Amino acid sequence: MADRTVTSAEGATSIDGAVSGVEIELEKVTKRYPGTKDPAVNEFSMVVPAGKIVIFVGPSGCGKTTTMRMINRLIEPTSGRITIGGEDALKLNADTLRRKIGYAIQQAGLFPHFTVEQNIAVVPGLLGWDKKRVEARVEEMMDLVGLDPKEFHGRYPRQLSGGQQQRVGVARALAADPPVLLMDEPFGAVDPITRGNLQDELLRLQTELKKTIVFVTHDFDEAVKLGDKIAVLGNQSSILQYDSPDAILANPANDTVAGFVGAGASLKQLTLLRVRDVELKTDVPTAKEDESPAAVREQLVKRGKHFVLVLDSRNRPSRWVHTRELGTAATMATAGRPLGDLVSLQSTLQDALEAMLAEGGGVPVTGPRGEYAGVIELDTVMSTIQKIREEHADDHQEEDQS
Amino acid sequence: MNVFEYISDRWSSISLQAWLHTSAVVQCTIIAAVLGVLIGVAVYRSPIGSALATALASTILTIPSFALLGLLIPIFGLGSRPAVIALVLYGLLPIVRNTIVGLGGVDPAISDAAKGIGMSRLGVLSRVELRLAWPAILAGMRVATQMLMGIEVIAAYAKGPGLGGEVFSALSNAGSANDVNQAVTGTVGVIILALILEGIYAIIARLTVSRGVRG
Repeated sequence: MADRTVTSAEGATSIDGAVSGVEIELEKVTKRYPGTKDPAVNEFSMVVPAGKIVIFVGPSGCGKTTTMRMINRLIEPTSGRITIGGEDALKLNADTLRRKIGYAIQQAGLFPHFTVEQNIAVVPGLLGWDKKRVEARVEEMMDLVGLDPKEFHGRYPRQLSGGQQQRVGVARALAADPPVLLMDEPFGAVDPITRGNLQDELLRLQTELKKTIVFVTHDFDEAVKLGDKIAVLGNQSSILQYDSPDAILANPANDTVAGFVGAGASLKQLTLLRVRDVELKTDVPTAKEDESPAAVREQLVKRGKHFVLVLDSRNRPSRWVHTRELGTAATMATAGRPLGDLVSLQSTLQDALEAMLAEGGGVPVTGPRGEYAGVIELDTVMSTIQKIREEHADDHQEEDQS
Repeated sequence: MNVFEYISDRWSSISLQAWLHTSAVVQCTIIAAVLGVLIGVAVYRSPIGSALATALASTILTIPSFALLGLLIPIFGLGSRPAVIALVLYGLLPIVRNTIVGLGGVDPAISDAAKGIGMSRLGVLSRVELRLAWPAILAGMRVATQMLMGIEVIAAYAKGPGLGGEVFSALSNAGSANDVNQAVTGTVGVIILALILEGIYAIIARLTVSRGVRG
């Protein structure tokens, strides 16, 4: 998968599913400001895999932004090596390098005197694309980030909401189809609901584009939601832990990381897992709406069960019925009580847990077309979390011994 | 002879002087703007440089225009040369100060974004920073023009062109038949010209300031 990389920054629109990002490698990168004793970033080494989102997360002042800004040389490293897609970033002309790296920052950094269209067209213009191609690309980008080109192309940034500005910022960063995208707290200045939407949009874009994204944030929840890998950084940008979100949640490398992960690591873990990833209970008795209550009751008694799940004509779960309600019920379609919350195979375990707490027990799970797929129970969730902890329990043994 | 008769009687000479007056002020404003923006661009990133440039330009402004012309005449002789030099020097302060304030007021995040997406240093300055500082620079030019309209009157002392000639001859011929007419023509003429230029500035602002940053 990773060998199908498009390294050209000339706007080759990525084929669906192909990785268009390239690997970034930082090798002992150090930034020392004159007149300070300790370097701001000390021998930072990391490989950012092609087509993945890597999040730098850490307290403010830890050097995470400095580290990111050295990748596009907004800050020149004092020493060390940075390669992007195998190319030595420090040997290129800095302006040329930056045109091949998308850059999105907090509050979007849009040019207030340019229209939306002009803002998005800047980098293609710098690369010398002809006018027609730029126009087509601007329209494509606006569609991509969910802004209607007809309505928005002539607007100025101040005529947009914060969320819309941020979308334009992302469109501008992606306009020249760079393989690499650097994002510095891009969603830091918008309200929580808009922020959630923008995060979802970014994930949707990423499944299409598969860029290599380096994303800086101080919000660990954002890191967990967006990251393929998370680098938890400490002072002087030292890497405290660099791993997948679930590995960090299940087993923080040390107390500092644990402190940063914060309370409720297990609950956060639940947002990472989908219902389709766990085993569902499928031996729950079910009955069709047109079956006779008496016959169903007989079956239940024989199997020693108390509840039956009623499925409608299209196999969708509709009601729970208790055996004692079956005696008086006229039809299965009206007996018992209708279902409250349903969860689908796509739902997160957090959603499932929420539904279970509301329902007071197991919750039916539906497949892609709403059909019955099984029942999820509290025990399943608990044992899943348990299993993940055991899997990651040995992660740091080497470090602990050294 | 009342003032209207006086003006219609000497219309060809007065209109020429009015034109020369305006032309000198506009040209000097343009020279001051070019110099002022260059100075502003050179110093705006350094707080010391900015303070120094502003202080120097302010010092020039504290020299009375008569005195400055008196200093310039022995060096450059009579005529338009000392007048132009004096006008340009006086025009610098508002333009330098507004350029520094305008460039300093550009949100650093916007300059950072411009650099970060690959604009060259010159591109950031010309396409982003100066464009955003332009309303302030234009306001500085406007102030400079208004100020120079008045100073150009004094420049007639160095035999510079313009309506100052009317005022000076009114002063030197006080008590003569046309002294009041001359003084009124000179003064009111300058006011009318200043108002016309003010209107032209409003049109320039409308045409050149992006709708995205217009107040």
